[in-house]
Amino acid sequence: MIKVAGRPESLQSKQFHYCPGCTHGIIHRLVAEVMDELGIREESIGVAPVGCSVLAYEYFNCDMHEAAHGRAPAVATGIKRVHPDKVVFTYQGDGDLASIGTAEIVHAAGRSEKITTIFVNNAIYGMTGGQMAPTTLIGQKATTSPYGRSVEAQGYPLKVSEMLATLTGAAYIARVSVHDPQHIRKAKAAIKKAFEYQIAGKGFTLVEVLSTCPTNWGLTPIEALKWLEENMLPYYPLGEYKTPEEVK
Amino acid sequence: MPKVVFDEDRCKGCELCTTVCPKNIVVMSKKINAKGYHPATVDEMDKCIGCAFCANICPDTVIEVFKEEKK
Ligand SMILES: Cc1ncc(C[n+]2csc(CCOP(=O)(O)OP(=O)(O)O)c2C)c(N)n1
Ligand code: SF4
Ligand code: SF4
Ligand code: SF4
Ligand SMILES: [Mg+2]
Repeated sequence: MIKVAGRPESLQSKQFHYCPGCTHGIIHRLVAEVMDELGIREESIGVAPVGCSVLAYEYFNCDMHEAAHGRAPAVATGIKRVHPDKVVFTYQGDGDLASIGTAEIVHAAGRSEKITTIFVNNAIYGMTGGQMAPTTLIGQKATTSPYGRSVEAQGYPLKVSEMLATLTGAAYIARVSVHDPQHIRKAKAAIKKAFEYQIAGKGFTLVEVLSTCPTNWGLTPIEALKWLEENMLPYYPLGEYKTPEEVK
Repeated sequence: MPKVVFDEDRCKGCELCTTVCPKNIVVMSKKINAKGYHPATVDEMDKCIGCAFCANICPDTVIEVFKEEKK
């Protein structure tokens, strides 16, 4: 018998603290599977954010660093410039990346830092109890938008992938989702490409992963996957927004 | 014959794995695990086709899937 699925070596055996059914866990596993497949576990340095995935350094079985809220791309920049031969990635939520860390991610992409960002968009501040994020959908209820986000009061949700794809320094930008096994497979393929492009020195790479927060959305884990599919996909279309030009 | 193995005490009873099995053999157990959840399990293992969908969607790496080696 051969094992065709299970815990990848790039993930510690420690159990996640995430809520039942939270897709942060799936995304962790995909990143770890990619590190295994590319054989880069011992060459990789990850930067953990502030947010529910603040303890990511306890879970990835590679070198890890913690960053202040939103500052992971700046920390990753420093690490990559000192260790240009290492594979450097950040793992960040939407509150971390699209709110307090907007400047850092935009300038890291603009400078074409050769890092990979895994951007987990669950349309909410999960860790702090469900406040509105810049990515919260119109009409979506949060503790700070109890009647639903309104355009008049809070404006429109940011489309980070579309925005970053306009920057010349961005080499690979894709948005994927993990709401069913088919999409999980595609999400992993995009993450793998991002790491490969980083290793090939193409420039800044980012994969936005649409994710659930059953706890703060007030849904069961199964309902949350359905909610993601029905509400997030129409506003946040999946696909590759930027790919590096093939070298001749 | 393919086989799935659940690390029961890791399971958080989220039920995501029960929704993706093409053979509908992943079910929630009546027993309670160390965390206090009803863990997922497979009743009719002989029906498993080893597609690994269940392991793929599990957020807590509870599930391992084994298959016969291809000749
Ligand atoms: C400088 C600073 N400001 C605010 C906070 C409070 N805070 C902690 S996590 C968080 C938002 C997390 O949301 P997100 O990045 O979307 O991650 P999630 O928990 O949803 O995965 C905030 C505002 C903080 N820790 N530090
Ligand atoms: S609060 Fe939301 S994002 Fe955080 S672990 Fe729970 S379900 Fe996941
Ligand atoms: S491997 Fe496929 S067929 Fe077997 S239990 Fe899991 S989902 Fe069902
Ligand atoms: S998906 Fe994983 S954690 Fe959720 S019920 Fe199934 S085995 Fe348990
Ligand atoms: Mg969030």
